[in-house]
Amino acid sequence: MWDVLTKSAARNIFYGGSLVFLLILVGLTAQSHNYVVNVSTDKAGLTDSVVRGKRLWEKHTCINCHTILGEGAYYAPELGNVWIRYGGKEDPQGAREALKAWMRSQPTGIAGRRQMPQFNLTDKELDDLINFLAWVSRIDTQGWPPNKAG
Amino acid sequence: MKYQTQKIAFAYFAVAMALFAVQVLGGFIAAYVYVNPNFLSELVPFNILRMLHTNSLVVWLLLGFFGAAYYLIPEEAEREIESPMLAYLQLLILVIGTAGVVVTYLFDLFPGNPVLGKEGREFLEQPLWVKLGIVVAALIFLYNVTMTVLKGRKTAITNVLLLGLWGIAIFFLFSLYNPGNLSVDKMYWWYVVHIWVEGVWELVMAAVLAFLLLKLTGVDREVIEKWLYAIVALSLFTGLLGTGHHYYWIGTPGYWQWVGSIFSSLEVLPFFAMVLFSFSMVWKRRREHPNNAALLWSLGCAVLAFFGAGVWGFMHTLHPINFYTHGTQITAAHGHLAFFGAYVSLNLAVITYAMPHLLGREPYNQVLNMVSFWVMASGMAFMTFVLTFAGVVQTHLQRVQGENYMDVQDQLGLFYEMRLAAGAVVVIAVLIYLYSIFVPRKGELIKRPDTAPTPAE
Repeated sequence: MWDVLTKSAARNIFYGGSLVFLLILVGLTAQSHNYVVNVSTDKAGLTDSVVRGKRLWEKHTCINCHTILGEGAYYAPELGNVWIRYGGKEDPQGAREALKAWMRSQPTGIAGRRQMPQFNLTDKELDDLINFLAWVSRIDTQGWPPNKAG
Repeated sequence: MKYQTQKIAFAYFAVAMALFAVQVLGGFIAAYVYVNPNFLSELVPFNILRMLHTNSLVVWLLLGFFGAAYYLIPEEAEREIESPMLAYLQLLILVIGTAGVVVTYLFDLFPGNPVLGKEGREFLEQPLWVKLGIVVAALIFLYNVTMTVLKGRKTAITNVLLLGLWGIAIFFLFSLYNPGNLSVDKMYWWYVVHIWVEGVWELVMAAVLAFLLLKLTGVDREVIEKWLYAIVALSLFTGLLGTGHHYYWIGTPGYWQWVGSIFSSLEVLPFFAMVLFSFSMVWKRRREHPNNAALLWSLGCAVLAFFGAGVWGFMHTLHPINFYTHGTQITAAHGHLAFFGAYVSLNLAVITYAMPHLLGREPYNQVLNMVSFWVMASGMAFMTFVLTFAGVVQTHLQRVQGENYMDVQDQLGLFYEMRLAAGAVVVIAVLIYLYSIFVPRKGELIKRPDTAPTPAE
């Protein structure tokens, strides 16, 4: 079988097959893009404040300590469901205040404890960032994570 | 060295090796922070350390690929590189960009500035001006090598290498697209990250490995090139739709759990084929090449890539398993051995092979080089094992039992201490490697085989 396969046949299989698989990937991506925008994420809730929150998340490269939907560094807790973990579903105002208080009190400076930097966010910025995290918690992630611990 | 312009590779390899040192040092400090979290916590927080660790890795691997291309393309195309001046200009742009990145990260310059400030998506944190610089450098590079190949001899090795390098540049363009919808963002972010490391980088890897085996074993080109096409076909047939294993839990449709599980399970095949390929070429070899160290790194690359990318990847790629392990230390374990096996070892192999030619000297100082291989591979393997155990414990406590993240992390301290020790071993091995390639020896410890090459059958 290996001898029957010539070099030029192998080359043609490589180019032809790769093109086919690439086209399938592009097609499925287009379908998924549509699904994500219209079905699995909160289209109406994607406000300017949420987008500003995402930019703050990026500005301070939060992802290089935390994970979000399981992706990022593994040095600090998952934040895709932090809104739910803080009880944002039951008591949005309480969760918001608790998250703000947490971020304002960093770093703790406690010896032997992982430290989060102080980013000096304004109250409006904190609101934007929390709106972003709350929006993320509403994404239909096929049931992930398995529990509140993230 | 047959062609004068192969010398360009030396400059690329030298810068790559400097960044390699930065990378392992950054990793070592970050590993120390895991053990002593107050260290540097206000001066250089963990997120900055990690960015330096991952970004320097990616840049030096790319510089190694560029260097490998400049070294092997003249020999394959049988002509000099189109424009050495452009090649050095490309390197200059990349060096300025890299220096800009390091300074921007360390001193947090221009925070929030859309052009000058860092952009905070994982691995794509480079400021926009650096990204655009990378695009310009890539265009210069592609022009330079493509013209060289078009005007010269076209071989399967250069075909596959060029396709891989074009793919790197094209898929990097997705890094410029950053929508406000996190799920959409993640979908196309993987177009850079996954299609690079589990797609087009494998093309570069297979092509460079084929070149090394061609030179080191003297096996017939026809045989090697057929293998090459078969391997890269397996890479893209599995790797492209294997992207699906990143689309399980980010808001994408449920069918990705099937597409991703099936195709990414098969991603182990190209790596297994590379093991078969490299060992069978060595068994069929027609010459005893004096550079044993280069052969050791080439075989080591295939084997370690098979375990790191193949086996460790498969371990958590099926969606019912990944549901629990996603984003734990299991991922970290896999990431470390996969990058080391597939891409770090590949670059160290080609550098080990090319350096004596580039510096115009034999012997090769290869005993020390081979020592560094075994020490480095052992260190990385041990690091992978302890992170895997940490990940299993973390998965159980956090994902099954539902204990809080930090409570679980506090119970993993022993693993992180062992990882730090493994990291120290790797740093020492890297220093040995650098010494062995840059510092000349008076005499070769391994006697050159004086038997004439076996005649063709």
